[in-house]
Order: sequence, then structure tokens, then C-alpha cells
Amino acid sequence: MNIIVLIKEVPDMERVRFDRARGVIDRISSEGEINPLDLWALQSAVDIKNRHGGCVTAMSMGPERSIASLRDAFARGADNCILLSDRRFAGSDTYATSRVLAGAISRMNPDLIICGEKTVDGDTAQVGAEVAELLDIPHSYYVESIDSMEDSGVVVTVSDICGSKQQRRMKLPALIAVNRSIAYPLLPALERKLESISLNVQKMGISELSGVVGENDAGLNGSPTKVSKIVIPDIVKRKGKIFQNDGSDNFINAFKTAVQRRPGHE
Amino acid sequence: MSNWDGVMILAETRGDSIHPVSYELLGKGRELADQLGCRLDCLMLCENTHASAELNYYGADTVYAMCSESFKHPEEGLYKSNIVPFIQERKPGIVLVGATNFGRSLAPRVAAALHTGLTADCTALSVGADGRLVQIRPAFSDNILAHITTNSYPQMATVRHGEFSAPPRDPSRKANVIEVPLIALQYAQSAIIGSTVRQARDIAEADVIVACGRGVKSPEDIAIAQRLAELLGGQVGFSRALVDAGMADASCQVGYSGVRVRPRLYIACGISGAPQHLAGMKESGTIIAVNHDASAPIFGVCDIGYTGDLYDILPRLIKELEAGL
Repeated sequence: MNIIVLIKEVPDMERVRFDRARGVIDRISSEGEINPLDLWALQSAVDIKNRHGGCVTAMSMGPERSIASLRDAFARGADNCILLSDRRFAGSDTYATSRVLAGAISRMNPDLIICGEKTVDGDTAQVGAEVAELLDIPHSYYVESIDSMEDSGVVVTVSDICGSKQQRRMKLPALIAVNRSIAYPLLPALERKLESISLNVQKMGISELSGVVGENDAGLNGSPTKVSKIVIPDIVKRKGKIFQNDGSDNFINAFKTAVQRRPGHE
Repeated sequence: MSNWDGVMILAETRGDSIHPVSYELLGKGRELADQLGCRLDCLMLCENTHASAELNYYGADTVYAMCSESFKHPEEGLYKSNIVPFIQERKPGIVLVGATNFGRSLAPRVAAALHTGLTADCTALSVGADGRLVQIRPAFSDNILAHITTNSYPQMATVRHGEFSAPPRDPSRKANVIEVPLIALQYAQSAIIGSTVRQARDIAEADVIVACGRGVKSPEDIAIAQRLAELLGGQVGFSRALVDAGMADASCQVGYSGVRVRPRLYIACGISGAPQHLAGMKESGTIIAVNHDASAPIFGVCDIGYTGDLYDILPRLIKELEAGL
């Protein structure tokens, strides 16, 4: 079973500071890390490998510094790591990103591609389904369990589609995006962590992907969407009425009034 | 000048009913279509057309309905195989999809097949001076609002349920439903072999949320919040800290990295208010916060706050509600 796990390096959203004057993330305020939701994708891939054999490849598209996240993925059980990095990839929207990922994946013949629920910085959850479409393979999102795995296909449980839990059988290759019921992400083993420091991460740019990704398929040129303007919204503060410990009766009265207020009766 | 024009809403159906986000999109779609001077179409893939005229009453000029038993259990591949050729033939300039679980999975599949752009979770849509759709979405924990335009057609966007309000239902509008034959009868690569209606409700659709944070010490204590939620007809939510500690299920995690919610009433218990948590709940109607630390950021976004012991105050609130206020 050859599995590709798509991971993205993101800023630590709990710590990162935002430069409001410039409208950009202050990258120095926080180191990058693997998108937290991708850890479940990675662990589920490692679990499948442990059960059925095979190979887990962690693949990421991003700047050179994303190598650190790929080393982390190796420490957590990936066998190979591939970084898709090129100055001409910069500024890719989800479609252009998917073109590059799908191009690289098409050369590898995986059985299964696994991604996390979404990334915590972009929050679009679009890349998985776009990659699946460009590869012309089936996909399922919100996968909470992998129920059986055979050469002919995979059976998964999808937690919630239109108010129902579904069980699906998908032919391989297939792409799944997993939620956090799928696995228990383990901490990296110290031994592998040490090994990861000297790991040779395979790098691919436009020239290595020639034939599957063209010059105009990636980056700003390959992106159908453009950010035309960035607006920094005013921080909306509410002038709340705060009651202290000794004002608990007043708080309870305010609570009662708020609870009784129904929509349309304000 | 492109020959893609008109606005198309992709409606979501569940059995005989239509998901309310479809009406909200029709309201916004009507505004955009009137501004552009073009038609507003609605495409629905459904088991039957029972409810389809409703889409006219909420603003659609024409409803195109593809009916089949096979749409009973939605699957993205089959939907895409029918939607994409229809869009290629009708050539709408704008396609809007509800950002429900299914919509979030289907829309990117459709957009990629059409080799066009897609903007997720727009909070505002307008027509720019050049006639293009301006899609506004928050990014980086709501620190910025990005204005996005699409240079290919159709211009596609998803919008969450509750972002726009539904227009008033107008039954005097003409019912105009055209049944169109399916283009693909099956999608061989994926089959639904079982389906059960979920008992658990989606926290994103809760009217009232009682949320627990680090200040809630043990799994047993969550029962207090649960009782309060029950009395208010709501659901319990959690901060990332409790989910990471294994005390709660990830599907109930409120925040930018969990589920983003905007209930009518949000009661934060023992939540300090990390930026990523605030970004996931600050649009709520009324926000009530209880925390022992007066400097907690949650007090900056609340309407009513209480600095004190939640173990003292929550039982009193419960008692008041049990007594029928």
C-alpha cells in the first residue's frame, strides 16, 4: 500500500502575531509547524502501513523552510519526504497548488492519498478535492474511520454528509481527508527524531516536474483567483457589562434578561 | 467580453426539504443579478421536485431540477458529473454554493473540473466596477479581510449557512421549474454502501452554545455545562485546550482551528479567549463570559461578563432556569 500524505507548514496560530500595519503575519513571532490537523492524516497513514505494509510518503509544497516540517513528518513515521518548492510556485491559490501537487502525485502511482481536515491558516479545505478531481480519482472528506482496505478498494465511514453518516466503498487510487476520530497521533520517537536531522529531503521544482506542471500552471500565473485588496478590519470590541464577584445577583438578573430575549424581540 | 453571464445557485436538498443556506444564497444572488441585469438560475439535484417551487418564491427566475433516486445519498463524484456539463452548457458568470459539509467537499471538485477559481466562506459578495464578482473573506484568524476576484469563468464562491439572511418568501412569484435529464447516471469509482441519519447535532447549527475552557477542571464538571445547555435548548462546545487534553470530542471544538460558530447565545465558561478561539465565536449574537481572571481577553468581546468562580455561579444559573426563570 503506497500512501502519500499531504502536509502543509503553517504558523502556530496560538502564538503568531499579526502585523496590522503591514497586513501580514509576523513570521518571526512564531516558528512554523505541521498544520496540526495533518498529524491525524499522517498517523492514519502510518497505522495503515503498520497493518498492511507499504510505504508512507509525506509531500509538502512550500518554501525551503518547510523542510523542517517534513523532517518532523519523518520523525513521526513517514518513510520518504518530498518538498515541492520553486520561486515560481509562490502566490499559488488552491487551484494552482492542486495543479502542482496533482502533477507530482501523477508520477508516483500511490494507492491512497490522505490529507487533514483543513489547514488552520488558509481554512479553505479545497486542495484535497481539487487534487482528486485533477487526478480523476474519487475522494471523501470527513472520514472518521477506515473500515477495510483491499487492493480493489477502501471502505470508509464519512462522519457527516447532509445530516447522515455514510459508509462508502471507493476504488483505488482514492483521496481521503480525515477528521480527528481517525487515529491517535503519537509523539515522534527520539531515535527517528535524531535520524530526521540528517534526512535527505527530495526537492522538486518546475524543472523536475516538467511534462506534468507547466511554467504557467503554478504561482500567480496559474492562479485563477487574485487578492485584489487586503483590508484590516477594526477590532470589534463589545462594551460588555462586567460584574464582579460581589455582584452575582445583578449578573444573574442580566443573564435572565439575555436568555429570555428571543430573536426579533430585541 | 465573456459569454458567461447570469448567476446560478446550487441548492442543497435533504430528502423533501431544502437546506436554508440555499434561500440565503438566493437572496444574495438576486441582489447580484439585479445589479448585473442578468438572470438568477438555481440548479437542484434531488430525489423529487416536491419543494422546488420554493426556490422560485425565494428569488430564482428558473429552477433546473435533476431528479433521481441516486441523489438520495449524496456523493461528490456523481454530483460533479452532472453539474459540470450543465454549467458548461448554461455558462453562468457566477456560481454560489452553500458551505455545508457537502458543499465544502463538492464545490472544489466542480471548480477544479471547470479549471476555475473558488473562494471559500465568503462573508460579503458584491459587483465591482468592472462587473466582476468581489469576494470578501476573512483570513488569518480574521486579522485581515481579503478581497478576491476570479479571472476565469464561472466565478465560484461558497458561503456559510447564516452568513446572509434569507429574503422574505414571496409565493406570488411565478413557479418555474424545468426538469432536466441526468447526464451521468452513476459514478463507478465510489459507491455508498450504507447511510444512517446522525443523532448528534452539528455544533455549527446550534442556537445556544455553552462552551467550556481550561477553567473547567474535570470531565465530571462538564456535566454542569451540559445541564445548562440542556435547559437552554443548546449544545456544549469546548476550547482547544480541553479537546487536546482528551476531555472532549474534536467535532465540538469551537475556534478557528475547530468549528466556527455564531449562535444566538454563547456562554463561555472558564475560557480565557485565545485569538483563535475568539475568531471562531465572536460573531455570536449575545456573548456571556464567566472567568475568574478579570484580565482574560474573553471579557473584551462579551456583552455580559462575570469575574468569579464558575463552580459557584453556574449552579445558581441552573437553579434559576429550573425554577422557570
